[in-house]
Amino acid sequence: MANVISFLTRTRGIGKLHWTDWLTYGYLFLGVLLMFLPVIWLGLSSFKTEAELERFPPRIIPMQQETIIVEGYDEPLPLYEIVSGEFEGETLAQIRRVGLVAQMIRPDNPDERLKVDINDRQAIEKFALATENYSELFDRFNFFKFFWNSVFITSVATMIMLTVNSMAAFALSKYQFTGRMVVLGLVIGTLMIPQTVVLVPLFLITKELNMADSLWGVIIPGAATPTGVFLLRQYMLTIPDEILDAARMDKASEWKIFWRIIVPLSAPAIAVLAILAIMWRWNDFLWPLIVLSSNDNFTLQLALNSFQGEMNTQWSNLLAMTMLVLLPIACVFVFLQKYIATGIASTGGK
Amino acid sequence: MLAILTPLMRVIEIPMTFLEKRLGMKNPAWLFLLPNLLLFGIFALLPVALNLAYAVTGSDAILLADRPYVGGDNFSALLQCDSYLDPNSCKDDLFWRAVHNTLLFVVLQVGLMVTFSLCTALILNRDIRARGFFRAVFFFPVLLSPVVVALIWKWILQREGILNAWIDGMGWQTFNWLLDRNWAFGWSVFLSIWAHMGFYTLILLAGLQAIPRDVYEAAKMDRATPWRAFRRITLPLLMPTMLVVLVLATIKGVQTFEEVYAFTGGGPGTATTMIIQYIYETGFAGAPRLFGPASAASLLLAAVLVVLTVVQLWLNRNNVDG
Repeated sequence: MANVISFLTRTRGIGKLHWTDWLTYGYLFLGVLLMFLPVIWLGLSSFKTEAELERFPPRIIPMQQETIIVEGYDEPLPLYEIVSGEFEGETLAQIRRVGLVAQMIRPDNPDERLKVDINDRQAIEKFALATENYSELFDRFNFFKFFWNSVFITSVATMIMLTVNSMAAFALSKYQFTGRMVVLGLVIGTLMIPQTVVLVPLFLITKELNMADSLWGVIIPGAATPTGVFLLRQYMLTIPDEILDAARMDKASEWKIFWRIIVPLSAPAIAVLAILAIMWRWNDFLWPLIVLSSNDNFTLQLALNSFQGEMNTQWSNLLAMTMLVLLPIACVFVFLQKYIATGIASTGGK
Repeated sequence: MLAILTPLMRVIEIPMTFLEKRLGMKNPAWLFLLPNLLLFGIFALLPVALNLAYAVTGSDAILLADRPYVGGDNFSALLQCDSYLDPNSCKDDLFWRAVHNTLLFVVLQVGLMVTFSLCTALILNRDIRARGFFRAVFFFPVLLSPVVVALIWKWILQREGILNAWIDGMGWQTFNWLLDRNWAFGWSVFLSIWAHMGFYTLILLAGLQAIPRDVYEAAKMDRATPWRAFRRITLPLLMPTMLVVLVLATIKGVQTFEEVYAFTGGGPGTATTMIIQYIYETGFAGAPRLFGPASAASLLLAAVLVVLTVVQLWLNRNNVDG
């Protein structure tokens, strides 16, 4: 503890914190609150029962009313403590409520029905996580299907993109051939045309290729990103040509050179691109929204969005699902934060 | 990572080596380029050409052959307006409403976001404890998907949400934030800043760290005040990065759709409908699907974006040279 305090109160110079240091840490503290609290609040809320979620003002910690199983009743009965009136100090279970009067019983004596004014009783509550919010997603909402669609699209699209992009980057960085500048120009040109402005024709091409409303329609059109080619090419340019010449002396085929030499040597850049690609695909929303129309093909993002639009969706399930969509990315972030940061900073895209 | 790719590579190896041998190419660059170029051609270049074709043809038919040529009708319908300042006076009032919303959105979002990003980057560049942690904190919302971001804030802002509970606790009147046009717009701007700020902070921080330390030491020798050092050294040296950030943020801002759509659905009314949402709803969500106006609108958007991107590339080049 003393270590923690001395760590936290250490300053850059000797002596007291300068007022600008106070300002700095105040700003950072506010930043942490503003960035983290919303997500923590989402996490806490996702473990609350629907009744608890409707409570106003809300409580921080998820609580549930204690219940008891009494002979002769199918459902567990909610427990109340009686704070005033005839039965003060007793713990009673409620059968039903009629207007301002509650019909209650003593759990050890289920036959005698007592009438209690509802203002005299107070619910007994305990800390409890409503894990059914999550389990219901799997039973009632076909969550696995959406999850599988997202995983399939993300992994296949990433693999195709890495292969195709690294092959092109290899050609553009290690060969001299006529038309090289033209191809490079085309790549830069496509950088200028984001997907958002060619939505209409892109969709029609996808439809003509019979890929509308199929997972492949999401995977294939996004595979040839100019960003990926660029990133990999810049990296491959730094690999010395002598290595390639040495391999050619040993009669290695060009494919072997690519696969056995270039790809392993550019592993860092490929890893960065892989992380970016996974993130792009996992979070992708607009293009799947246009291509996929049947419920069975929805990705997690689409399912989440369509759930929130449905009138009969309960916040409890919606919040739980939001958490499950958020978690994989959060895990990736915790472990690969540094790579993601450098990757995004060096491509200027996300 | 590479292990996953191995089987895939094995499969590609067979036709690749075969073609290489067969064609006897000394320089198989085109073989390596082919798959990528094919995808590029079909899904990036062809759409650009087709976009033009769809923009000058009418009706709701999908196949180009079935669509009658209408010339510039789609454009003139979009651009027909008594006054460009008042969307209600336009033929396609939703389009102009979306243009107005997007412009206001971009001005507010980019302005505020770059200001906050700069503040954060300056603070993170100071000699502070646990810098890596704080940098990660500001950066992590960047990774969240737009739908998740929208739902997080919807949950906070809903009628019986935590914000209203706090307001109620302070004894003030609670408010239904997302049903008010101005507040819904304001919160959309806020949410978008919240989600993307970390990205620009990171770029600005990199720019700040590239400024050599000895310049500041020299200024200290000359007894320059910190404020003077900031104005005379930091700001001018950071200017190129700032410009890149501004242009990049504008390019992204003009294309805002996902988080705002999941957040408000464009409403209440049309208060938060952006251009991309107009394109989406005209071309895909509505019936009949009006591909012509949607294409025309995306071409207008593309024109703006191309100009912005050329500026960006030009700025980047200056960066590299200088």
